[in-house]
Amino acid sequence: MAAVDQPGTKPETRITVSDGALIPDRAEGSLLSAWRISFYGALGLVVLLPIISPHPYREIMRYLPDGILRTFQVTLISIFFALIIGLFTGLGRISRNILINRISTIYVEVIRGIPLLVQLFYIYFALGRFLSLDRLVAAILAMSVCYGAYMGEIFRAGIQAVPKGQMEAALAIGMSRSQALRLVILPQTARIILPPIGNEFIALLKDSSLVSIVAVSDLLRRGREYAATTFLYFEAYTMVALIYLVFTLFFSKLVAIMEERLNTHGR
Amino acid sequence: MADKDSATPSRIRIEKVSKSFGSVEAVRNASLTVNAGEVVLIIGPSGSGKSTLLRCVNRLETATSGEIYVDGDRVTDPQGNIRQIREEVGMVFQSFNLFPHLTALDNIALGPRKVKGLPREHCYEQARALLARVGLADKEKSYPDQLSGGQQQRVAIARALAMEPKVMLFDEPTSALDPEMIKEVLDVMLQLAREGMTMLVVSHEMGFARAAADLVVFMDNGEIIETGTPADVFDSPREERTKRFLDHIL
Ligand SMILES: Nc1ncnc2c1ncn2[C@@H]1O[C@H](COP(=O)(O)OP(=O)(O)OP(=O)(O)O)[C@@H](O)[C@H]1O
Ligand SMILES: [Mg+2]
Repeated sequence: MAAVDQPGTKPETRITVSDGALIPDRAEGSLLSAWRISFYGALGLVVLLPIISPHPYREIMRYLPDGILRTFQVTLISIFFALIIGLFTGLGRISRNILINRISTIYVEVIRGIPLLVQLFYIYFALGRFLSLDRLVAAILAMSVCYGAYMGEIFRAGIQAVPKGQMEAALAIGMSRSQALRLVILPQTARIILPPIGNEFIALLKDSSLVSIVAVSDLLRRGREYAATTFLYFEAYTMVALIYLVFTLFFSKLVAIMEERLNTHGR
Repeated sequence: MADKDSATPSRIRIEKVSKSFGSVEAVRNASLTVNAGEVVLIIGPSGSGKSTLLRCVNRLETATSGEIYVDGDRVTDPQGNIRQIREEVGMVFQSFNLFPHLTALDNIALGPRKVKGLPREHCYEQARALLARVGLADKEKSYPDQLSGGQQQRVAIARALAMEPKVMLFDEPTSALDPEMIKEVLDVMLQLAREGMTMLVVSHEMGFARAAADLVVFMDNGEIIETGTPADVFDSPREERTKRFLDHIL
């Protein structure tokens, strides 16, 4: 998951390996950059395959849009709730109230220690014994709760990355801590955490494919359904993979541009 | 407030204040009074506790023992309304600490608007007047990172003044500045001193001290070693440690 530098701690060496999609490096703007080859290659195939070989690719392309919409629905709703959970978790993690602090820390530790797929099963099947959740609701709940924990860490790091003097200056003019947070700290946090949140969005978009396991008809599920009736596994999953790739590469580019803007304009 | 005491004209009264960070005694048994309209300058070597003492006055640090009063209100009262006291104590930091996401004008108007809850129009009018007063009338819409260090510090002074404080604290306001910008900040501070502002200033600017300070306080190793007029302390220090320090910085 995306990392925000923690202030104060300066490890000697540090490597950053993103587990997100390939983040394009704007400095390397060559025509044959890895990002361009992958993105335009995937986009080209998605467009050309149905033209060159209508059967079965055009049929597949007619079958998938429902799934694409569902995938985006799950992703957008989940990221929305994950952001809200993340904000409160992040605030809880830096809270001086021991109880709130412990609860949010335990939430983060527990959730991060359980694979998302297991959480999804747990909420849908295990908890399903007590409360019967709609499968779409269960899927969104699992994604939100899981990503909320990661978002919490991003918010925490983002809040702590705002220089200490900002809180002091706000307190010195008579603000309460919550005013200072709301008016001074969080607006600066938002700027810092925008790129990592973009990366979480991409990760969530990919992870949303897990919801197909509880029979939510997302992109992957639709591909699988098509394959199951036609036995055209290779063709169906090729299209599914290409479509995920086009979207994730597209959004990585957006995040990179956003990051660049923030770095140069600073505000 | 409960322990209001209006018998003395003192604006800041520090009584036997100590402050420890773990085993480090940053301030030991310091007493100091700043009367209305006075400018008191604190000097001393790095780590001698100057900032810590200053920060105890608006309780950015909580004194371990001793009492501090600002205009009769007891800062050291754990039950006291510290926010109300802070409104009356302006603070200027070495590193400016302007809010980078707000324009110069918004930086100044934020406190009056959100803390005092004054009408928007009034706050912006006042903020404009303050910007003009620190010589930056044309920088309303500039963000901090578009201003030089000296300009940022002048905006920071205006931001503190916007709360209409009774006293102002300055913690090395010019030591992060390039030499050519120091004067513009000191000029604003001099002007403020002439207008009768009560000021407690940590600074080693001798020129400012001689021009504006009523009292110079020398601190070393957490203690107030010597107090006197600028002429006394700079020209004929009584204490050996003061002498050594002055030799070192002059
Ligand atoms: N938050 C803190 N935690 C721990 N120790 C601190 C803290 N703040 C200050 N100290 C220690 O207290 C002592 C006094 O520090 P202080 O910053 O008040 O000195 P100063 O006179 O302002 O020095 P300088 O001229 O370098 O600003 C130092 O030994 C410092 O390391
Ligand atoms: Mg200091």
